[in-house]
Amino acid sequence: MKECYLGIDIGSISTKGVIIDENNNIITSSYIWTEGNPVNAVKKLINILKKDLSSEYIIKGIGTTGSARKLIGLMLKANIVKNEITAHAVGTLTFYKDARTILEIGGQDSKIILLKNGIITNYAMNTLCAAGTGSFLSSQAKRLGIEVKDFGKYALKSKNPVKIAARCTVFAESDLVHKAQIGYKKEDIIAGLCKSVVLNYLNNVGKGKKIEGPVIFQGGVSKNEGVVKYFKEILNQDIIVDPNSHLMGAIGIAVLARKNKNGNTYSLKVDDIKFDTKPSECNLCSNNCELLRIYRNGTLVDSWGSKCGRY
Amino acid sequence: MINIAFPQMGDYYVPANYLLSHIFKANVIKAPKITSKTIELGTKNSPEFICTPFKYTLGTMIECLDKKANILIQMGGGCRYGYYANLQEKILQDLGYEFKMINLVTKGDTNFRRINKLFKQIDPKYSKLKTIYYGFISLKMVKYMDKIDDYIRQNIGFEQKKGSFENLKAEMLIKFSKVKSYIELKKLYNKYLKRFKNIKTHKPDKPLKIGIIGELYTLMEPFSNYYLEKQLAQNNIEIKRFTNVHYLLFEKSKKLKKYLKNNEYVKYNMGADASDNINHCKYLCENGYDGIIHIKSSFCTPEIGAMPIINKIASKYEVPILFFSFDSATSETGIKTRLEAFYDMLEMRKRN
Repeated sequence: MKECYLGIDIGSISTKGVIIDENNNIITSSYIWTEGNPVNAVKKLINILKKDLSSEYIIKGIGTTGSARKLIGLMLKANIVKNEITAHAVGTLTFYKDARTILEIGGQDSKIILLKNGIITNYAMNTLCAAGTGSFLSSQAKRLGIEVKDFGKYALKSKNPVKIAARCTVFAESDLVHKAQIGYKKEDIIAGLCKSVVLNYLNNVGKGKKIEGPVIFQGGVSKNEGVVKYFKEILNQDIIVDPNSHLMGAIGIAVLARKNKNGNTYSLKVDDIKFDTKPSECNLCSNNCELLRIYRNGTLVDSWGSKCGRY
Repeated sequence: MINIAFPQMGDYYVPANYLLSHIFKANVIKAPKITSKTIELGTKNSPEFICTPFKYTLGTMIECLDKKANILIQMGGGCRYGYYANLQEKILQDLGYEFKMINLVTKGDTNFRRINKLFKQIDPKYSKLKTIYYGFISLKMVKYMDKIDDYIRQNIGFEQKKGSFENLKAEMLIKFSKVKSYIELKKLYNKYLKRFKNIKTHKPDKPLKIGIIGELYTLMEPFSNYYLEKQLAQNNIEIKRFTNVHYLLFEKSKKLKKYLKNNEYVKYNMGADASDNINHCKYLCENGYDGIIHIKSSFCTPEIGAMPIINKIASKYEVPILFFSFDSATSETGIKTRLEAFYDMLEMRKRN
């Protein structure tokens, strides 16, 4: 029997899963849409992963990260639940030991992580605004009538990217509509959009951070060749995009699950797990906390949202 | 009947309540605990881009007025805080409330002649002698509370029995509110300090140490910073905080002059606590703290001015720093994720 570890990164847009062996080699991986239902997405994901896993492997650890990490952690009884910043850094460091900067743009958030000698020295994450993240790009792709995955190819065709206001999604969008209506070519507009994502990122998240090489770019948006091109151009240095760049968070949390293993063996039979959440409002004081009670196979496992700790 | 009320901040309602109820023949209304409803009331009636403490205190004032308060007390400081009292008075009058607003501090300095005039408006027969005596006790009470809080912040992350510090502090505050003389207060303080020191902890030799700096209200009212100190303590961290009422009243003006004399980063007073925070950041960097957290309410102008300098100092000393800006509509999940990552990062650095 060989040991293996499951890492799941449940993001706002997509859910990523990976199974690694003792030496951090990827045995199988998958990438599906979350579609607003993390519990179902994870069940689907695990069923896909299970197919490619030969019976000689046993799962000795499960880790969850991403915005639904707590919920899925409870569902799978994960042995480690960690935030995505740590997971991404650990994942990247597994493959790039001398990485100095990680640029990450996901569906709803973007972050920058600075590293030195294999440890995180500083990080930043976008705060109030989702401008320049994956969901912005995909909504604009819909507006222009092309697939998100072709976005990068279009951008590379352009010779004269248009200038698009980079500060704010709303302004960027009205700028884009205006440029389209006065007759700019589609590829020029798309290239301009990619450039504005880069500028927005560097002005917001990357503000005041010294970006030193090797620079690793990951997250869903790293699959967009146009954005990669403008990062290279504007930062004036080489940008590494790993073929598994979209899986780095999942790999990182799988590595952490391996490091924190406690001897338990986990099964991947998820279809039988009955996992329910019951929302309610506590009216005992004027805080009116929104409570969420989590039931696993009918028994209460946790409740969230209480400010006073009564529940 | 006179019903006095004042917006609250942390546990300081205890000395404030003590003072007011001893010098006036009046009913002191204890402001209800800040809840989501307070913030909702405050936000609804405030200008949108005002700093968050304005919204919190306005909400509290409305709740107090609904409890039949007719005299409100507000303070002022060296930033927009100085205009709080006037603006809130206007807003509350427009809402149709009838009350008198007493603004204790203006332009950052307390003028005793003016306070005398104001106090006479509340109660013409108030005794100056009593005011001096109970004022003295209240200020000492603030000092003792702040000292105890410093000790708690250093040790609460390592308590063996959960809640032992919090429970003892709650007990102490009740006893403090009933003291009759200064001697009694001092005895109580010594007794409780000893009891706090007897609480069993499992503090390691070199724990993670984090300094918290930033804007005063957000620092001192735990509800407005989403119980940041509590969350840090749960991760076994020793916390250092400079800003408290005793610091603001008695130490700040002297220390600031000294800071500004020999500091290469700041040469003049930048308003409110901005210059103090720059200096505190330098102190934390030079004294082996593992990380710094800077918190402010959104749109806090003095702190916004201080942030680039603080960032520069922190990166020069290679001390990680985390900035938080709290508003009435901040996502709690976002705060938790960042805090967790910050804690992981410090832990990783410490181990290497």
